[in-house]
Amino acid sequence: MRALDQQALKLGIMEALGVPAAVLGAGFLGYGSLVADAGYSVWMMLMATFAIWALPGQLVLLEMASGGAALTATVFAVSLSAARFLPMTLTLMVWMRERSGGRRLWHFLVAAQLVSMTTWAVAMQRFSDPHPQTATEHALRTDIAARWYYFVGFSTLCISAAAICGVIGVLFIGALPPLARFGLALLTPLYFFVTLVGEARSRMQVLALLGGAISALVLQTLSSNWSLLGAGLIGGTIAWWWRKPATLKATDPQQSDAQQLDPQNSGHPESSQHTKAAP
Amino acid sequence: MTEPVVWPLWGMILACGAATYVWRLLGVLLAGRLNPQSPAFEWVSCVAYALVAGLIARIMVLPTGLMAHTALTDRLLACVVAWAAYRIVGRNMFVALVSGLVVFMAAAYWRGIWPS
Repeated sequence: MRALDQQALKLGIMEALGVPAAVLGAGFLGYGSLVADAGYSVWMMLMATFAIWALPGQLVLLEMASGGAALTATVFAVSLSAARFLPMTLTLMVWMRERSGGRRLWHFLVAAQLVSMTTWAVAMQRFSDPHPQTATEHALRTDIAARWYYFVGFSTLCISAAAICGVIGVLFIGALPPLARFGLALLTPLYFFVTLVGEARSRMQVLALLGGAISALVLQTLSSNWSLLGAGLIGGTIAWWWRKPATLKATDPQQSDAQQLDPQNSGHPESSQHTKAAP
Repeated sequence: MTEPVVWPLWGMILACGAATYVWRLLGVLLAGRLNPQSPAFEWVSCVAYALVAGLIARIMVLPTGLMAHTALTDRLLACVVAWAAYRIVGRNMFVALVSGLVVFMAAAYWRGIWPS
């Protein structure tokens, strides 16, 4: 490991220690309390956190498992709620791999498991930061290997904070007064609500959010098992159909070179900048 | 009516983990091969967003468990307040969540709604 890689790893850990770990930790505190509320053990919570590492998917699993849904329906629903990991992982890996390869495949396969909404958003923002302040931050702009170490450091701290807070949530939140438990139960969905709705910019994204929300509520009255899956396909397809055709005009041959892609302008809905101040 | 086969919970968790990893794996393998501006890529993004939005809508509007003891108005009020705080106070997630929670818990306290 080069000195630059060590610095990148350290920067990743230090940056995760602030807002990202706290927000994730609070979310998993709430998740832990939901797990305890449903009557599951702390080991099941840890297993779900490390195996899935996606709070929406974990919430789907929790809700469907506690409701006694069939395995096929549960796996389908969780899998479809994780479909966003395809574009997320794809766009992030573009930042960390050279076109010819360079780094070994298993490094990317490990990094792929570490991708979450939070780690993805922060890393994408950091890698494309137009105003690096320190030498290490500057290196993240230019050095592909350093980015991998930054991402692994950042994500490992995030997943550790989440696991620890999840354990605290399962074991101790039941002892809190009911009002505080209400608050924590609300925290996780509220966090995703603010993340998604607060960062919604493109028309396509707003349509997808609206379409998904309305479809889910309508379909819920028909079949609770398949409502999420149906909401994703129906709401998402309607949004895709109604999206502004202008998003297509950016497709010119030069832009298709992945290394030249600027993820901030790629039209990807999740490439919003979480940590940037409002204009 | 036939009894469905009940899988052990750990089996379900691992199956869901594997199902999630399939998308991550595809992301790694397709990196650099799929144009992120193609309509297919946009469709996948739309479906993903709709799914997560559907999940949040279901939890907020038709909750089960502990949340079912709270009022729909209070939950929606918390969403609006948190969102407004997030936009007003420079995209600060802490301020947003704390604002939403304070309003929500104050409303629940005022109603005197407690779980049985």
